[in-house]
Amino acid sequence: MKGLIQAFAAILVASLGCMYLASYLNSSQGYSGSNTLTIYNWGDYIDPDLLTKFQKETGITVIYQTFDSNEAMMTKVQQGGTTFDVAVPSEYAIDKMKQENLLLPIDHDRLPNLKHIDSRFLNLSFDKDNHYSIPYFWGTVGIIYNPELTPKDLVFDSWDDLWDPRLKNNLLLVDGAREVMGFGLNSLGYSLNDRKEEHLQEALRKLQKLTPNVKAIVGDEIKMLLANEEAAAGVVWSGDASEIMDENDKLDYVIPKEGSNVWFDNMVIPRTARNLDGAYKFMNFMLDPANAAQNAEYVGYSTPNKDAIPLLPEEISSDERFYPPEELTGRLEVYDNLGKRMLSHYNELFLEFKMHRK
Amino acid sequence: MAVRNRNFFLVPYVLWILLFVAAPIALTLYKSFFDVDGAFTLDNYVRFFTPVYLKMTLSSFWYAFLITLFSLLIAYPAAWLLTRTKHKQLWLLLIILPTWINLLLKVYAFLGIFGTYGAVNRSLEWLGIGAQQILFTDFSFVFVSVYIFIPFMILPIFNSLEELNPSLVFAARDLGASPWTTFRRVVFPLTLDGVKAGCQAVFIPALSLFMITRLVAGNRVITLGTAIEQHFLVTQDWGMGSTIAVFLIIVMVLIMFAAGKREVRR
Amino acid sequence: MNATRKWPWSNLYLIAVFAVMYAPIFYLTFYSFNSGGTMHGYEGFTLDWYKEVFADTRLLIIVLNTLVIALLSGLLSTVLGIVGALAIYEVRRRRNKNTLLSFNNVLIVSPDVIIGASFLILFTMIGIRLGFFSVLLSHIAFSVPIVVLMVLPKLQEMSPTLIDAARDLGASRWQVLTGVVLPFIRPGIFAGFFMALTYSLDDFAVTFFVTGNGFSTLSVEIYSRARQGISLSINALSTLIFLFTILLVTGYYFITRRSGARAGSASRGGVMAGAGEGESR
Repeated sequence: MKGLIQAFAAILVASLGCMYLASYLNSSQGYSGSNTLTIYNWGDYIDPDLLTKFQKETGITVIYQTFDSNEAMMTKVQQGGTTFDVAVPSEYAIDKMKQENLLLPIDHDRLPNLKHIDSRFLNLSFDKDNHYSIPYFWGTVGIIYNPELTPKDLVFDSWDDLWDPRLKNNLLLVDGAREVMGFGLNSLGYSLNDRKEEHLQEALRKLQKLTPNVKAIVGDEIKMLLANEEAAAGVVWSGDASEIMDENDKLDYVIPKEGSNVWFDNMVIPRTARNLDGAYKFMNFMLDPANAAQNAEYVGYSTPNKDAIPLLPEEISSDERFYPPEELTGRLEVYDNLGKRMLSHYNELFLEFKMHRK
Repeated sequence: MAVRNRNFFLVPYVLWILLFVAAPIALTLYKSFFDVDGAFTLDNYVRFFTPVYLKMTLSSFWYAFLITLFSLLIAYPAAWLLTRTKHKQLWLLLIILPTWINLLLKVYAFLGIFGTYGAVNRSLEWLGIGAQQILFTDFSFVFVSVYIFIPFMILPIFNSLEELNPSLVFAARDLGASPWTTFRRVVFPLTLDGVKAGCQAVFIPALSLFMITRLVAGNRVITLGTAIEQHFLVTQDWGMGSTIAVFLIIVMVLIMFAAGKREVRR
Repeated sequence: MNATRKWPWSNLYLIAVFAVMYAPIFYLTFYSFNSGGTMHGYEGFTLDWYKEVFADTRLLIIVLNTLVIALLSGLLSTVLGIVGALAIYEVRRRRNKNTLLSFNNVLIVSPDVIIGASFLILFTMIGIRLGFFSVLLSHIAFSVPIVVLMVLPKLQEMSPTLIDAARDLGASRWQVLTGVVLPFIRPGIFAGFFMALTYSLDDFAVTFFVTGNGFSTLSVEIYSRARQGISLSINALSTLIFLFTILLVTGYYFITRRSGARAGSASRGGVMAGAGEGESR
């Protein structure tokens, strides 16, 4: 018995010691101070130096938390046990969050730097007049390929090139129902927001013919796998593509001519926010052209800030793969909020595609 | 002598069960009767019996079976040999220790090891066999799953082997039984409890594996766990996710009953 | 005996099993010294990643959080688990006993995603703020059954005459518990604590659901960092944790073995004795 009590006491002391050490480290970092701002963002989606700069300028301590999917983020906000002051969801999630009353309206007068945003990226279908959201980054979905591993005559300017039999077992797809169903629909000339059952079934049948070429359908590992030349080509988001090309410059990125998806990640203030003042300060800070440019250079995604673009290095701002000309952007579509039922159907079709064996 | 005392240990324990076992199950069951729009429906159960989900169920069971089988085949001899080593408890601990290192990291390491330019393919090339596709195949999926579950299979088998009376083995051998007969007629039946416990501890979690189906199998293998995760985290169709969960809970209870029943008969 | 004849072969088998079990860990360790910055293409030796670990306070806080959660949930679930095992042990009717045991086993065998999601619903309904306590509570919740399963077989091994004798000698219920029962089931208790620790350290899915407000554990942090490809400082950290646990486990083993030899057969020296038996009962 004595031994037991001793062991338990030792464990208790050890855990209290750890707790003390953690709170000591916490306070030495200022994490537990009262003037804090909790930011809920995608992993590695901001230049950490900017966070330090913001803390220095305003004296507000930033707690940076990350999520890995819009849905996970929404669940947490909906649940209510959290106090996020700023979050960065994608456009379709904003529509949903708006409907479920999870967002606070944004007062534009408190964001003087909003004027730097390109008008092309304001007042979009998912949030008219930007009542609830401020653009953060935008990008596309396209094909990344390795010219050394793919046949010479394939330049992937069309989605149909993916179906080339010479790419057998050499293609990686990103694990997203909207993305995969989207290019299936696009390749048939339909909208990627199509709701017609026969079009969806047609897309599914076409996608199932792609199965022999598909090596794997993966998540974020796709970057590592493509950079390691584990496959010859892949369907990815533009931001991932820029990271992959940073690591392995043999690869190239294309937006197919049939059209594709354009997406936006936007700053919002969730209903759970505690530090509204800090949230506005932070958003305004990120809208500042110099900061936006620094962030775009670090993250590698395209910035919607028109005054930040001249501040970017020439090779970034003139890169049409990431800042496509207007005639191409005209063919890009934003994901509509399809509604839960349709989205569920998209996912089930995607599941069916995944289970289709070669 | 049965002491007539009130069993006051029961109170906190039953409270825990009510709060953390019964309540979550009840909630899951409750949720399974609602569709995405929050309306009451039995549709989820109808949907479960469509080909997509039935196929998924079948393939889940098939892979779970394979994983359990290979775990058992590898774990039994390993447990047996462990009981013969000096410092056997230490070796057992050391077999369990790798589970303390984060699973995701180990899986990433496997991505590197099995990759086209990974360690395994390098050695295959060196042996003159040439590089093979290992990643994103059934083999890599079963291999990594077995890797994850093997400690949970070794543990109960090790314990039942420990409890085995060695004189029984000696007796069988003295009576002229071959090593194989001794194993088949004496050792294995006596350690059956451990084997059953191990199979249970592997089979049911294997039905609901999710992360590694994507990481190692590249979504070429879809299990019920993947579907649950999708419905809870991606489609937000909690009703359908709960329906699959209810199905798994039922399977689980059936397996537990089957394991328990045989015990009673014996 | 054939055992001696077979030695080299059997050794080889065990060595192979161990080699595979540790292969990914050594792989991680190997690249933690890579100056190249990725887990492929070894470029040169460096200790930079280790320096980065110690410079990253946030990461260190998370490691400490993880430890606190593991130790506290291990401790509390062990206490609750002992209570649970005693409760089941004292239930006389077989049917009630089996019902309790089935309820006990449900959490062990349910998929993490279900546990996580249902706990999230539960906490929301009760109104518990997500963070340290929600994570601690859920870790305790899923560790209790495994402790029960480790302790129960030890209780069943105990001969009832032992307790009767103690009671005949005038020992109170509490004295019987602390003087006879607990010392006897000690190996089961340690095994339970050890397994609870393993479950807690290993858990990702449940924590992922129920955490919030800046609180994070190592597995969740690694998962969210994996988005940009894991930095080798995580490899370095795992290597450090791995070395630490190896030292801890071997140290603990030899200490208990020495004291176990003194205390006689009661503790059997085994940390894992009795592990996992309960499930088949």
